[in-house]
Amino acid sequence: MKLNVIAAGLLALTASAGIAQNINGAGATFPNPIYSRWFSEYNKLHPEVKINYQPIGSGGGIRQVSEGTVDFGATDGPMNDQQIADSKIKTIHIPTVLGAVVPVFNIPGNTKDLNFSSEVIADIYLGKISKWNDPRIAKDNPGVQFPDKAILPVYRSDGSGTTYIFTDFLSKVSSDFQGRIGKGTSVKWPTGIGQKGNEGVAGMVRQSPYSFGYVELIYARANNMQFGAVKNKAGKFLKATTDGVTAAAAAAAKSMPKDYRVSITNADGPDSYPISSFTWLLIPVQSADPAKGKALQGFLEWMITTGEGEASSMTYAPLPKQVQEMVKLTIKTVK
Amino acid sequence: MSLTQMTTNSESNPSEPRSTVRALDVPLPSAPVTTGPAMADLPPSPVRQFLSSRGSGKIADQAFAGLMLTCALSIFAIVIFIATILVLRSKLSLHAFGFKFFTSQAWDPVSGDFGALPFIYGTLATSFLALLMAVPLALGVAVFLTELCPKMLRAPISFLTELLAAIPSVVYGLWAVFVLVPMMRDSLGPFLVKTLGWTGFFEGANFGVGLLTASIILAIMILPIISSLTRDIMNAVPNSQREAVLALGATRWEMIRVGVLRNSRIGIVGAVMLGLGRALGETMAVTMVIGNHAEINKSLFAPGYTLASVIANEFSEATGDVYLSALIEIGLALFLVTIVVNTIARLLVWAVTRGAPARVA
Repeated sequence: MKLNVIAAGLLALTASAGIAQNINGAGATFPNPIYSRWFSEYNKLHPEVKINYQPIGSGGGIRQVSEGTVDFGATDGPMNDQQIADSKIKTIHIPTVLGAVVPVFNIPGNTKDLNFSSEVIADIYLGKISKWNDPRIAKDNPGVQFPDKAILPVYRSDGSGTTYIFTDFLSKVSSDFQGRIGKGTSVKWPTGIGQKGNEGVAGMVRQSPYSFGYVELIYARANNMQFGAVKNKAGKFLKATTDGVTAAAAAAAKSMPKDYRVSITNADGPDSYPISSFTWLLIPVQSADPAKGKALQGFLEWMITTGEGEASSMTYAPLPKQVQEMVKLTIKTVK
Repeated sequence: MSLTQMTTNSESNPSEPRSTVRALDVPLPSAPVTTGPAMADLPPSPVRQFLSSRGSGKIADQAFAGLMLTCALSIFAIVIFIATILVLRSKLSLHAFGFKFFTSQAWDPVSGDFGALPFIYGTLATSFLALLMAVPLALGVAVFLTELCPKMLRAPISFLTELLAAIPSVVYGLWAVFVLVPMMRDSLGPFLVKTLGWTGFFEGANFGVGLLTASIILAIMILPIISSLTRDIMNAVPNSQREAVLALGATRWEMIRVGVLRNSRIGIVGAVMLGLGRALGETMAVTMVIGNHAEINKSLFAPGYTLASVIANEFSEATGDVYLSALIEIGLALFLVTIVVNTIARLLVWAVTRGAPARVA
């Protein structure tokens, strides 16, 4: 405790002297590649601001920023009301980029892209659809011959934002899924096997015939994996693209709450990819050290303009224009 | 008196017979009898003088004993410290679930209902299966290396065994994912169903991952530990024991059984315990092939989950205080399982070896 005070004092001193400002953050792993790039680029432009980010997971990010052990946090799933009430440091959610989850599968001999309606995906994970030749799968894929083989559902065994987005979507489209499983970073899957990380799920699906899994869009694209199209709320089968993900966010922008804690899975609109989500930075409303707050604000302003422009080149979906404008206003309130 | 003087002094009398020591002004340093009561009046030996000149031996002795005691006690301190932290941090879940935590099969982070039984089952089942496979193999390796191996082969086999022990577990995990899992799915699994299917342990769908695959990779991981320790223990059995048994007309196998295995059994149990310790706590390789599904299933093809794996998997993203606390209580459960298993093993060893000297049976 005492050390913290001394450290804060020292930091305040260095800040007032105009020397390097060290800002520490921790949280979600999914946006880590783009955050690292943003922080290093910002540091090149503003050598006095050095931002360190540790991808320790969303849960850890929320805990640490709530305790005040880091200067900002990051999360793939918004904080719930209880967490906000319990938090020692009051924070605001700032959406940064968007992520999406895609279904992957392995049917030996099949080279066609497959379509999956949302209820079918939910029932595969509930164990209600257990064979590939189930008439409900065939109905969405006319002209494809499905084998009479058991489906092996593969899920993420480690707690992850990917699982949160996926289960959030399935809970919305299937009341049975919501009742029996629910949404969360880790859930109790009634069937299937768990593997660690995107690479674990992808590896398992790749080498296990007749398996079915879900991975992050960025991961699937980076590894040239074949993935399925998902039926959106408007009834259209869509393969995930960054444009489709941004469209989903734009559809949700009209009813965007002030704190940005919104789920955009199963969004309206014919072009919206249904398994999409924001990822957020958790910024203290009032930093303990005003100089730090100022530096953070400076970074956020750069991020929402220049930073967003770089997102697509790293296969992250950028925020839609409307949301960017809203965020710009919110950033002005950071102290 | 300096060290050089002392050594020249002692070297000047190398030919003195031992019986004359008593009559000498300067007794030989090699005679510990000088401390006897008969020597009380004599001046201290040069060695004693030299040591005394460097500081008080008594204080140094006591300080040394104290230091060693602190080292030994630090083990207690570490164990107590770990246990305290585990209990303190898991208070929430201890309160919420009580003893039911260890008997409940629920693990549902969404509704906040937690129980450790499937994980305890997975940990014990994989570890014991691994021992079942590894111990006979390890004993075979050790017996061959110490008793039967041609000299030329001994060094390479020993080296390879120790090399196996040095491979990081994640490498074993990767190997298991790419080699063992497909093998289990396509050849070994169907073979087991055909031959041992009637036992009921090989039922249901076989996807290549599951309790059996995890046990096999664990067996491979603990094999080098057990075999290299056992080899060292068998090497320590004096050759006179072997010769004595052979002299009584024993065959080679009887010599190994009576002369070597019987004499080293306590050490072998210790080696097995060390292997079991690694198996209980192994995380990475097991997580990669066990299937991570919290369920108790009789079939060894079914996916399972271990205590160490669930902590590794869910700790970083655990949101909510009870959830986090339940994960720490899983750590406490692993701690307790280790203690209980070790205690049972010690009791077994004690019961078997109590007052029973090595005898020719």
